[in-house]
This record gives sequence, structure tokens and C-alpha cells, in this order.
Amino acid sequence: MAQKHIAGTVIDVDEEGYMTNRTQWNRQVAEALAQELGITLTPAHWKVLDFIDRDYRERGVVPGIRRLNKVAGIPTKELYALFPDGPIKKAAKIAGCPKPASCV
Amino acid sequence: MKQLLILGAGTAGTMMAHHLSRQLDSADWQIKVVDEEPEHYYQPGFLFVPFGLYSTGDVVRPKRRLLPAGAEFIQAKIERIEPEANRVFLSDNTELPYDVLIVATGTRLAPEEVEGMTGPDWRRRIHEFYTLEGARALAAALQQWTGGRLVVQVTEMPIKCPVAPLEFAFLADWWLQTRRLRDRTELVYVTPLSGAFTKPLAASALGHLLQQKRIQVVTDFATAQVDPAQHRLISWDGREVAYDLLVTVPPNMGAAMLGASGLGDEFNYLPTDKHTLQAKQFPNIFAIGDATDLPTSKAGSVAHFQAPVLTANVLSFIRGQPLQARFDGHANCFVESGYGKAVLLDFNYDLEPVPGWFPIPWIGPLQLLAESRLNHWGKLAFKWIYWHLLLQGRPIPFVPHAMSLAGKKVPAGLLKLKPAA
Repeated sequence: MAQKHIAGTVIDVDEEGYMTNRTQWNRQVAEALAQELGITLTPAHWKVLDFIDRDYRERGVVPGIRRLNKVAGIPTKELYALFPDGPIKKAAKIAGCPKPASCV
Repeated sequence: MKQLLILGAGTAGTMMAHHLSRQLDSADWQIKVVDEEPEHYYQPGFLFVPFGLYSTGDVVRPKRRLLPAGAEFIQAKIERIEPEANRVFLSDNTELPYDVLIVATGTRLAPEEVEGMTGPDWRRRIHEFYTLEGARALAAALQQWTGGRLVVQVTEMPIKCPVAPLEFAFLADWWLQTRRLRDRTELVYVTPLSGAFTKPLAASALGHLLQQKRIQVVTDFATAQVDPAQHRLISWDGREVAYDLLVTVPPNMGAAMLGASGLGDEFNYLPTDKHTLQAKQFPNIFAIGDATDLPTSKAGSVAHFQAPVLTANVLSFIRGQPLQARFDGHANCFVESGYGKAVLLDFNYDLEPVPGWFPIPWIGPLQLLAESRLNHWGKLAFKWIYWHLLLQGRPIPFVPHAMSLAGKKVPAGLLKLKPAA
């Protein structure tokens, strides 16, 4: 586990930069993590991030594309426009959640 | 007479029928099990069918014969659950009232969810091995194979047995080599995730297998459609992967009946408490196995480890006591890696697969997160264990339902929670 100075605070991250302690996450941290990925957050981004944040706290899983389509009402094309090259992976990182993973 | 109703007579439902018929007093409780299909499948065996290692006889038994005498089997299609009225309707309009309902309706393939997948290439150039019919058709296709691009592709997570497509790629490498077709075959693995292995320890312990077996990996590929005219996959971000033979894992979905009853999530899985296995919306509904939305693998071993927990909690519920048994997310999977070897995984909600010995520290005889011949023999022996111990809800010697840390080499900081003292 490593630590990282960002947005005037310190966060714990794994080797790929995903946060490992969500209590350290806040909107300023999200803005800074997004900047590192070359993304400037707009209200449309925040709609996705807020859904992931709430869903992860309730279910303990990062929602997939189908859940963002059907439950959050955000089409796949829009997800790719907001978070290019892997929207779930990028949105999860900015939302302070772990990388979507399989069992191995 | 009180009614305990089990929907689904697959791995999980059959085990629960055995557990509960031993625990419930037959003077007070009637156990009924409903399933549309007459055949029970040993699903881990489907992986071996395309390569001619297992035949139909290895993987099929009549459901009725596998259920205990104390449970009544009703072969019928389930129409819907009416949870407010505590009843289930069958498609012939039969009404089955229940006091306690156990949902064990599993998961199924939904290739129709992907544009073009069930078009002209389906069962010709596009195959799957998650059904017996599909595995047999794939066996026939491999017999005709003379070389080209063989693409193994996962469409969307979650899927049943997440390691199975990797196992298929490893076995295909071995099988093609024995047929002298390996040098004429490009083997490609396409995943929507960021790698074939996504957990750090597994990636470092097993990542070399992909290079060693010359398997190309295409990552972050979220399949948007299949173009059967030009035999290619197209992702949402416009990338393309051409195939001569596509072995796909289509989207997996829970029973449509759960969605129609207003009980399913976006995949028609039942929102379930991950520790007690009680449905989140209705206290007298419980769920087990692939039908749940739990954040662990969809696998028979998971249902096996859940069954004693669910049994204890159903008994507590009936007695009006708090549900105290807790499922820890335990899963245990053999991963075939080809050439007579396999890798064993043992993990739960709080610990990803780690190296070590299983089930006995320093003795094993099975090795965790490493290739060995004995692991492969363990996988083959498992067929007998499945038919004769697992389905009857009997414990497997030395393997308790809760994951044990004994024998595991756990790097500092990896375990998410402190183990109970």
C-alpha cells in the first residue's frame, strides 16, 4: 500500500492508484483524480460518480455498464463520451472505488 | 402443514432440499422443489466436453433421483412469485403457497442481449460451452478446425464460473498442440476487464501462463455487437476483433420470472443480504447460489459453502430467532491450466486468492495459486465428490464452510478485515 498527496490531503492507494480507504474520498479528491486522467468533471460526470458512490456504499460492488444504463439511466455511448477508454474503470478510480475485478 | 418451497433443482436447490429434509420435522413441514427441467447437469464438466474428455454420460443425471425422499419434485415452469401473498404461480396456473421460500433459480446465458450474436454465425462460427448442447456443438466444431483465429471472449461481468473462459483458452492451447494445429492457430482472449488476471497476487503468480501459452489478450473490450457478415466483434469504443471461431461467454442473466415478479435487479438476480442470505425485501424469502446478487463468484462451491449457513438461518427464522449464521463469501475453484495441471483458488469476501497449501497447512496435498498435477487430479476427483457428497449436502472432509486462513500465505495488509479471534 502506498500513500499519495493530492488535493491538499493524503490518500491510501494501491499500486495502480485506486483508493483503498474510501473515508479519505471527497469531491476535491475526485476532481484531482479526474485531472490526472485528463478529465474535467462536469455535472454529467458527477451524475455517474454520485450513482457509483451511493451504489458502492449500499452494495459493496462497483456497478457495471448494464446497471448504469438500467438503474441510473445513463446510456453506454454517454459513458464512453464522459470517461473514454474504459468508463467503469476510470469512473471507479475517480469515485474512490476499487478497480472492477474478477475472482483472480 | 407448513410449506417450504424451493425454486430450482440445480446444485443449490438440490443441496438445500437435502439439508432441510434432514432438519425439518416432516410432521409439520412439507418440502416442495419446483424446476422446469428434468435433467441435472454437472456443470464443471462442460469445460471438458469440447475436447472430448467428458461425454454426456459424465455430466447428466435425472433431477428426480438426486432429490431426497422427503422432498416432493414438481416439474413445471414457474410463472411468477407473489411475495405479498406468499405464493408462487406455475405456468399451468397451479398456485403454490409458502411459509418460507428459497430462490435457487440460478443464472442462464442471454446471447440475445448482444446485437448480432444469435445471427447466422450462432452455433456455426460462434459457440459457447455453458450448456451441454453448446459444449457438444463446440466439440463438433473443434473436430473440423484446421487453423485460423480462435477467439475466447467474455461479453460482460458477472458470469458463472469466471475462470472457465481462461481454462478453456489454456485447454485449447494444449488440445491444439496435441492435434498439431497450435502453430496454425492464433489464440486470442478478449475480456471487458483490465486483464485476464485482475487480482495482483494472481496476476504475478499466473500471468506468465498467458505468454508461455502464446495467448494474446485484448483488455477493456466491452462488446457492443457481433458482425456475423464479416465475423468480427465490435466494442463500444469502436475497436474490432476478427474471429474464425468465436467461443463466447454471452451475458449471464438470472431467471426472467424474478424480473417479472418485480424481485430482480438489472440482471434479474435477487438482492440478497450477503451474510444472512435473506432477501433484502421480504424476510420469508431466502436465496442461494447463482440466483443471488452477492459479490462473490457464481460457482457450485459457493452454493456448497452457503448451504449450511442458509440452513441454520432458515431454522432460526422458523423459530422466530435472529439470523446468526453468516456467509463469508467463501469460494473454492480448480482452474485447469492444460498439460495435466491445474491451479487451486480458495478465497472469500475479505481475501483474494493467495498462495499456500490446501486443505492442511504444510501438507496440502493441494497447492494454492500454483500449478500442479495433483490439483488436476483433484479437479477430476471432484466429479465423484459432486455426485456423491456435495449434492447430498454432506461436508467435504477438512473443508469447513467458512474459509480457513490456515495454510495460507497472506501478505501484510491484504486481508480486508481482522480475522475473528
